[in-house]
Amino acid sequence: MVTRAAKELNNGEVVFVGIGLPNLACNLARRLQAPDLILIYESGAVGAVPSRLPISIGDPCLVTDSISVCSMVEVFNYYLQGGMIDVGFLGGAQVDRFGNINSTIIGAYEEPKVRLPGSGGACEISIHAKKIILILNQNKKTFPERIDFITSPGYIDENNQRKKYSMPGQGPVLVITDFGVYTFSDDTHEMVLSEIHPGVSVDELKENIAWDVRISDKIKMTANPSEEELRIIRENLDPDRIYLR
Amino acid sequence: MKNKVMTMKEAIETYVNDGDTIVIEGFTHLICFAAGHEIIRQNIKDLVACRLTPDLIYDQMIAAGCVRKVVFSWAGNPGVGPLYGLRRAVEKGIPRPIEWEEYTHFGMVARFMAGASKLPFMHLNTFSGSSLPLKNEKIKNVACPYTGQIFATVPALNPDVAIIHVQRVDEDGNAQIWGLMGVQKEAAFSSEKVIIVAEELVDRSIIRSDPNRTLIPGMKVNGVVIEPFGAHPSYAQGYYDRDNQYYVDWYTISKDQKSMEGYMEEWIYGVSGRKDYIKKMGERLVTRLKADKKPAAPVNYGY
Repeated sequence: MVTRAAKELNNGEVVFVGIGLPNLACNLARRLQAPDLILIYESGAVGAVPSRLPISIGDPCLVTDSISVCSMVEVFNYYLQGGMIDVGFLGGAQVDRFGNINSTIIGAYEEPKVRLPGSGGACEISIHAKKIILILNQNKKTFPERIDFITSPGYIDENNQRKKYSMPGQGPVLVITDFGVYTFSDDTHEMVLSEIHPGVSVDELKENIAWDVRISDKIKMTANPSEEELRIIRENLDPDRIYLR
Repeated sequence: MKNKVMTMKEAIETYVNDGDTIVIEGFTHLICFAAGHEIIRQNIKDLVACRLTPDLIYDQMIAAGCVRKVVFSWAGNPGVGPLYGLRRAVEKGIPRPIEWEEYTHFGMVARFMAGASKLPFMHLNTFSGSSLPLKNEKIKNVACPYTGQIFATVPALNPDVAIIHVQRVDEDGNAQIWGLMGVQKEAAFSSEKVIIVAEELVDRSIIRSDPNRTLIPGMKVNGVVIEPFGAHPSYAQGYYDRDNQYYVDWYTISKDQKSMEGYMEEWIYGVSGRKDYIKKMGERLVTRLKADKKPAAPVNYGY
């Protein structure tokens, strides 16, 4: 998931980074094809060059040697709403076929079965970043037919409601899971399986998604991580194997 | 000018009352746990506790029964898991039911911006397509008077008291921060009363030697508390690192109300204040978290 996500990042792009796998992907890309990738964290670190794996989005290592540290007023108004962000990474507890994300609640809002963390900056990232890449583990609970709450809008429904709301960002372009990679169709704005990871069967994948997912007729196999990618991750980025076993 | 320096006990007794709307800001960085613990020790009740990320500090205050309502935008233990204290109160009413009012980070930032500017509301481009406005009636819309485009609005947030932890302060309350600044300036300017808690008390001449670094001026500050290590397990850039292990351990401690009460008995009620807490933590903690040296290049303010 990390090596596949890293390939999506181009040199010179400005990325709004989340914690966990997106952080690993961005720092891997920075060591490979995108040395001038600019990492922005919602905590206010701009052009961060973390020398250790930040556990939280406000880790002090994001400040040391960064280009700029600004207040959250500036992060959200000038950088995000100001249209400076090329790529935003998002995760969440659930995603539906239109790329809408729930990270707020399972059950009724007023009497939650499970109270999740909520939006943080995810809602506005999903609206403003030029494109969104989703990373999350896939099973029938995380990829349900319907979600109880839209925390961060994808295309909302098959008619793509983003235009109606004049959202500046294009919306989700890619969903990377532990089974495969999905793009979104231009006509119905739903997920289409475009890549399947080595060692995963289509049947197995379909058992881990709650709707009858569309499959691209040009489906291909995801490339295995290279020796170089694995070496960088294991030796430099995640030596304590916090995220990768 | 009157010397504003006082003890944490005096500051909380003087400025925080039952039923107040309070904000202890700091985004991961400079979260004033020392103040939260003193609020718990003084058994202050019915607080409306506002913060972008309630974090462990509000989790503890909620579990201690100090909070009536929480206003927030992301409630979790960063990189670790949920806030079980908050979840127990929301899902099961333990130790007391609490209300919650929820925004996004941008929504909370805009509420503080409006509050600090003494405007009734702020408009912003977010929330569209999200379910949140359907569940929070305070999120409304306004049409741009120039183009007619519809924008979301959030009401100003004007807390009774803000508690802001900083690296250094002078006795007039001029407070300097470096590293992540979050929304502390807006939280301070939007609040009726401000308590500054600092790692270090410095001479006025130090503050005046580097005025660009002053985030909150003394004219906005009511009380100053000097409390080294007052942000632990959060951190103070250049002073000590974040205690990530504490955040990981909190996952287990907070899982049930009993073990959380056990923690509070030992580490909050069982100590007289921050000095006592650090002593109890031991030298090893202080040594383990001590920050490396990484000074900035000096600048010339001369003309």
